[in-house]
Amino acid sequence: MSVFHIVVCAGVVPDPLQSLVPADDPAKPALKNELMLPHVLDPWAEHALYEAAHLAKTRDGSKIWVISLGPKAKVQQVMMKTAQKAPFQLIAVDGTSSGFSDSFAAAEVLAQTINSIEEINKEQLLLFGGWESASRASGTTLQLVGEMLDIADQFQGVDELSVLPDGKLRILERLEGGEHQISVCTGPPAVLGWATGNLPEPPNNPQIGMVNMRQMMPALQKAQVADLSQPTVYHSVELPKQKRETQVVRDKPVQEIAREIVEWMRLR
Amino acid sequence: MTEIPRQKIDVDIACVGFGPATGGFLKTLSDHLVNPDGTPKLESRVVPGLPLQVVCYERADDIGFGVSGVVSKADSIRSSLADVQPQDIPMCAEVTEERLLYLLDPVGASRRTIGVRLLDKVLRALRWLPLYREHAFRMPFTPGFINKHGGWVFSIGQFSQWLGMNLMSTGLIQLWPGTPVSEPLIENEQVRGIRLMDQGTDLQGKPVDGFMPGMDIQADLTVVGDGPVGTVGLALDEQFGLPHGNERKDWAVGAKMVVELPEDTPLKAGTVFHTLGYPEPEIFGFFYVHPDRLASVGIFVPSWFDNPVRSTYRYLQHWILHPYLYKYLKGATMRSWGAKSLQESGRRGEPFLVGEGWARIGEGSGSTNIFTNSGVDEAWHTGKLLAESVVELLSLGKPMDKANLTSTYIERRRKSTLEKETKMAEHSRDGFQKGLIPGLIGMMLTAVSGGRVRLPIKTQSTQERLERMQDFYRKRLSEQEWEEIRQKSASQGVAMNDLVMTRMGWPEIPYDGQLLISHQDALLVGGKVQAPGGYRDHVAFIYPHLCEACDTKLCIEICSGQAITPGENGIPAFDREKCIHCGACLWNCTRLIEASSSQTNVKFSAGTGGLHSGEN
Repeated sequence: MSVFHIVVCAGVVPDPLQSLVPADDPAKPALKNELMLPHVLDPWAEHALYEAAHLAKTRDGSKIWVISLGPKAKVQQVMMKTAQKAPFQLIAVDGTSSGFSDSFAAAEVLAQTINSIEEINKEQLLLFGGWESASRASGTTLQLVGEMLDIADQFQGVDELSVLPDGKLRILERLEGGEHQISVCTGPPAVLGWATGNLPEPPNNPQIGMVNMRQMMPALQKAQVADLSQPTVYHSVELPKQKRETQVVRDKPVQEIAREIVEWMRLR
Repeated sequence: MTEIPRQKIDVDIACVGFGPATGGFLKTLSDHLVNPDGTPKLESRVVPGLPLQVVCYERADDIGFGVSGVVSKADSIRSSLADVQPQDIPMCAEVTEERLLYLLDPVGASRRTIGVRLLDKVLRALRWLPLYREHAFRMPFTPGFINKHGGWVFSIGQFSQWLGMNLMSTGLIQLWPGTPVSEPLIENEQVRGIRLMDQGTDLQGKPVDGFMPGMDIQADLTVVGDGPVGTVGLALDEQFGLPHGNERKDWAVGAKMVVELPEDTPLKAGTVFHTLGYPEPEIFGFFYVHPDRLASVGIFVPSWFDNPVRSTYRYLQHWILHPYLYKYLKGATMRSWGAKSLQESGRRGEPFLVGEGWARIGEGSGSTNIFTNSGVDEAWHTGKLLAESVVELLSLGKPMDKANLTSTYIERRRKSTLEKETKMAEHSRDGFQKGLIPGLIGMMLTAVSGGRVRLPIKTQSTQERLERMQDFYRKRLSEQEWEEIRQKSASQGVAMNDLVMTRMGWPEIPYDGQLLISHQDALLVGGKVQAPGGYRDHVAFIYPHLCEACDTKLCIEICSGQAITPGENGIPAFDREKCIHCGACLWNCTRLIEASSSQTNVKFSAGTGGLHSGEN
């Protein structure tokens, strides 16, 4: 039976529910009050972690490393929620999670970190992460990490991974209209950028949490500061143009509301 | 379905709820767990050789969600955090200016008694004074018992996050948010730990795919700091009752927002307004200015506010629109919003504080000082006292039994300034049972007599004092009008409060899309309310026939998130995706399950989700 070394690149991001405001600082774009905002594990990467946990559970001897690039204090806070979900080893890298860092610079940091983990056998490596990111990043980081690690088999928008009896990997990548492209590759190493997957969120398991947390605190204390210096120059930053248009209308029939929504969509 | 065994783990100390009280407990305890060389100072019984194993479970999805802006003397907090300055904590500032404001009614819709009208007249006659501005009279001084000068303005949400991160980084304490506790494990009057909530269930609690029975956390000591409507605290009340003579009849809902003030605001960080008189004489308000142009603004709607139209949200908006406040708030933006039940009986509502293997701290332990309107620092103080007691017992190798906890923790509480101050405050608010003016007289009596003289007024619970809604409005609404409102409310599936308030002359709220927004938008934009699946509903109506016979349904009117609405056959419907876990339905339900009981027909249990804003 194949044994996998699964590395999940899972940064933390400000909770997408929060009101995010770019800070007006042309030298170093950032989010206003970034460290006051609640953070979450990047939602797509979170799915990747659940998939990794499921896969590792079915393959004795497999192991999961979670590499998290973000403000150390916020990584710690997020781990209070995530650590109960699945057994994994945390490698924390201290850096910004504002989404304004260059994906190449972030990929270099992540690739170097993965290369520094002696225990990992590249022939067994599955590099997991999010297909997209809620950090307003360009969604290219995982691909770049794969390139830097010389992994040729890359899949994006993955919804399902199954291991065939001969050890090959069968992968469903999301296409338009709810359809999937089915690929089969010979096995690791491979990069899988996950969409939402098919698995439910695992329940919180306090026992797993306590075991994880014993190694997480030392990992957080040892977190290296990421060098995310970059050539990227931001000329301006602003919120997306989408705007919430609230109307307060009383006693309107639902048919009329539906008609207005359809009309609004037609105009766009 | 194959039965899935319930797992168990052993720890030394299990805490329920992470608020100021548990913060004080864990901070104090963590200072005593290891020696300077890293060896255990207090060794674990369950994992020999390691320091004490301490875990804390918080039901909200993150630490610091669902709490409030606060002004506090913060004496106990500051004594625990001696090296910490206000600027070290996000949204924290030293109190620099305080104003006590009596707000007059600028719209003419407020229900004011003769005494209040007389007071209004007197103050309006003084409008030539500089103290009178924009329908508000600024008291020339802030009475000492309200005054928080030199204390802190802060956000409990941000403070909790900051503290939680510091505690976790010691590696000695484990905090687990998003983990509701369903009940204490009670055997033969002894609490042996706690049971976490089942996961992977439908809304009724029946197992579905992914079911995992809530784990049993067995602990030598269970520390209960889950607030006034916490499941474990309520279960202990049910099991052990309250000490003779104690009662919990006074409650309030605190509804608040964190707003970003306009760029040209003249208000400096550390400015505090306390208000009374408007939107109704019974409703008090607060305005605390944090650094970076952030401010916490809100109101308290008490249980002795007899009006069954208890819409905290709309009243909060009318309060914001008061000319004195709106001159500062116009152009502000809502950043977060929320509400919370407050146990306002204070020391008189103190439950049994300790038992075999358990101890209670914080608001749920009756620590709030209802005279000075402060509870955060007091809650912290109780946690600190318990931690000192636990350290003493563990150092002596003594078990966490009732006798030992009594001789240490209770002894410390009884000798503390907290006890002296909360005892003095015990009857200070009794006068409010009869209205604002008697209430203020009662407060003054407490101030001048040190609590020795009080008004001879008996406190009544919501259930004892509230009239049916149509009876309350019988002089202002005809039967026909009442019936129209009732039918409209039922057909729209909404509470009656909005319709009634508009009929009573309250102007419509001029929505501006940023500060003044609809209640539902506030849930989304301000509260960011969430409800993870896989858990049972945490609000249930115990006996449907009691709801069917109830024609007041205050649970619907008070609901802070409009999560409880008119339902089929007269039984309210509950939508957990809107619930912010304020717990107001619990004490506003007008139906007791038994005449001799204080248990209302609402079952309020543990649950995940709710508010998702750490700025509260």
